[in-house]
Amino acid sequence: MNTLLHIILYAQIGLCSFCLYRIIKGPTIPDRMVGIDIFGILVVGICAILAIITGRIFIIDIGIVWIILSFIGTLTLAKYLSKKKLHE
Amino acid sequence: MSSIIGIVLLSTGFIFNLIGCIGLIRFPDVYNRLQAATKCVTLGTCSILLSLVFFFGISEIGIKAIVAISLLFLSSMVGAHALSRGAYIFGVELGEKSVIDDYKDQVEKEDTKE
Repeated sequence: MNTLLHIILYAQIGLCSFCLYRIIKGPTIPDRMVGIDIFGILVVGICAILAIITGRIFIIDIGIVWIILSFIGTLTLAKYLSKKKLHE
Repeated sequence: MSSIIGIVLLSTGFIFNLIGCIGLIRFPDVYNRLQAATKCVTLGTCSILLSLVFFFGISEIGIKAIVAISLLFLSSMVGAHALSRGAYIFGVELGEKSVIDDYKDQVEKEDTKE
């Protein structure tokens, strides 16, 4: 069972590379922001799997704080986008 | 027994995350990417967090996981809506195969009101 947990942990870390691909390549700014948003949610999943493996409580706190900070960051960037125009 | 349910929830969550990330790469357009990735990855991560409740029971860590699930459901949906509205006003075009654009009239109405 421990092996399966480690496999899922490393596969979840590998999923972050998909988001990095979208952040690097994405043709417009909103594409990159979608990548950053999804990256934050994946990191919360990594924190949860690490909490299962190590059995320590503080790791899930990191996940909760990461959710809140990612939410504030996404709202701020969306507000910034809605004030600008692409073709001007 | 509860450990088996936890493993099943964990694997289901990982499969949802995988499908969401494939959608993030393969879809042609920012709105399609946003809806595929946000829905699938949110549900998958909530499933992973729910598996913590089955591994550890209703202890300190399980209650924190439930708090994280509720926060994640609220924040990611609101964030995705704000992001798609910001992308539309920013001027990102719809994909080539998109058929209908209902939001255009609404945005023009808001512009004339201001």
